[in-house]
Amino acid sequence: MAQTALIPAVAIQSSASLDSPRHSAVVRITHWITALSFFGLLYSGIAILIAHPRLYWGDTGGVGAPSLIDLPIPFMIGHSGWGRYLHFLSAWTAVLTGMVYAFSGAVSKHFRRDLLPTREEMSWGRVWRIVWNDLRWKRPAEEDSLTYNVVQKLTYLGVVFVLFPLIILSGLAMSPAIASVVPTLRIGFGGQQSARTIHFFVTLALVLFLCVHIAMVCLAGFTGRVRAMITGYSAARKVRT
Amino acid sequence: MSERFSRRKMITTGIAAAAGASGLAVAAHLADRYGLIPPDNSGIYGVGETMTYAAQRLLMSRHSLAREFTRSDISKIAPVKGPPPEDETYQRLLAGGFADWRLKIDGLVARPSFFSLADLKRLPAESHVYHQACEEGWSFIAEWIGVRLSYVLNLVGVLPQAKYVVFFGFDTNFFAADKQSIKGKWNSLDMSDAWHPQALLAYGMNGQDLPTPHGAPVRLRVPRQLGGKSTKYLSLITVTDTVKGIGRGFGAGGTERGFSWYAGI
Repeated sequence: MAQTALIPAVAIQSSASLDSPRHSAVVRITHWITALSFFGLLYSGIAILIAHPRLYWGDTGGVGAPSLIDLPIPFMIGHSGWGRYLHFLSAWTAVLTGMVYAFSGAVSKHFRRDLLPTREEMSWGRVWRIVWNDLRWKRPAEEDSLTYNVVQKLTYLGVVFVLFPLIILSGLAMSPAIASVVPTLRIGFGGQQSARTIHFFVTLALVLFLCVHIAMVCLAGFTGRVRAMITGYSAARKVRT
Repeated sequence: MSERFSRRKMITTGIAAAAGASGLAVAAHLADRYGLIPPDNSGIYGVGETMTYAAQRLLMSRHSLAREFTRSDISKIAPVKGPPPEDETYQRLLAGGFADWRLKIDGLVARPSFFSLADLKRLPAESHVYHQACEEGWSFIAEWIGVRLSYVLNLVGVLPQAKYVVFFGFDTNFFAADKQSIKGKWNSLDMSDAWHPQALLAYGMNGQDLPTPHGAPVRLRVPRQLGGKSTKYLSLITVTDTVKGIGRGFGAGGTERGFSWYAGI
């Protein structure tokens, strides 16, 4: 079995890990604030999108102009007012929270220690075995779940360092004021409409991540994992004397 | 929990809290001094709105320019939102080719004035090809011909205490005796946007007179904000130090219907 090779390492780690919290306070707090603001962003983003549910490429686009994708949703105007207020309130919350998370993750070496895959982890065979076990809905052993496996590491790194920056930058590229300050940002995305289209697809990628994330939390044991992200510990904590 | 770990966590949290608190203090000070608070700053949504407005104002130099395109980039389709005003006066002026139309500029100005369309066309004309996006999501590129708003503001002599320039079109009841009952598509700019070199009083589009649905005879064009900010069918421009007394005091008719006043987003 693939897991056999891991046991010594896990054994050493687990003796330390069972005592210290599974997630640091900064990770736990920023996780839930981010989760809340993500729902705010998604809900308000849909409200903004349905005013014009068509996607274009380039600088311009509108009814009568060639479109890239016509989403099978009717045009529903009138929701983008509060939609934008909520979108920006949530975006500020998410971005400021993300800055605290990124700063703390770099200073505490959380990224390097917990999220950066080791050289031996980076093998297709290992990645495939993890994905295969997940697809077969095979619950991971408790020792395995004390550290992130390579698929989790790569996914979290991708979300934190690729999708989050992309969604922020493509959002900023749509802003006419920001485009006047940093014209290359909008041009780099291929135009205001391209930035809007990319913003949409990165949102889809984040929603896909959220679905898989919740599925994996269910697979690993919903109550324990959610408790770990709230209290820091997966089991009710023993009082030490 | 080990001693070492909790101390590190405390230091990290401490630094973050100190940075957050001092950041807030600096932001509040700057906002106070430079007027970084938008008219629609109230309520929970006002928090996000204020942060966006203040952050963008701090990022933008007053004269950061919107990208200028070439005539070959002009969109074949330039959608419009909403029909022209049904207002009787407007319909009469439209039928008369706007020969009797006058743009009134009043408020905190040294010389309150009326401009006819011919008056405006005699002033130095400029042509700009820039991008306009609607908050709904669609966008187009067009050429706009007109006179700089700043040129006209200098002609009437804006007083130093001016903070906003308010624009009323024929689709507002701007003639209401009681300014608090004004409704419709009126809007306002802060002075930074009003003095911006690309802010135009446009009377032409794509080489022709401004088409009626695009705001004839004269509309405002501000390329650093969403299209709704570029008030159409202009009739009255008021320079003021506060928008509190106009309508519900949010700085724009649209804001009363739930759309944020600042539209640089």
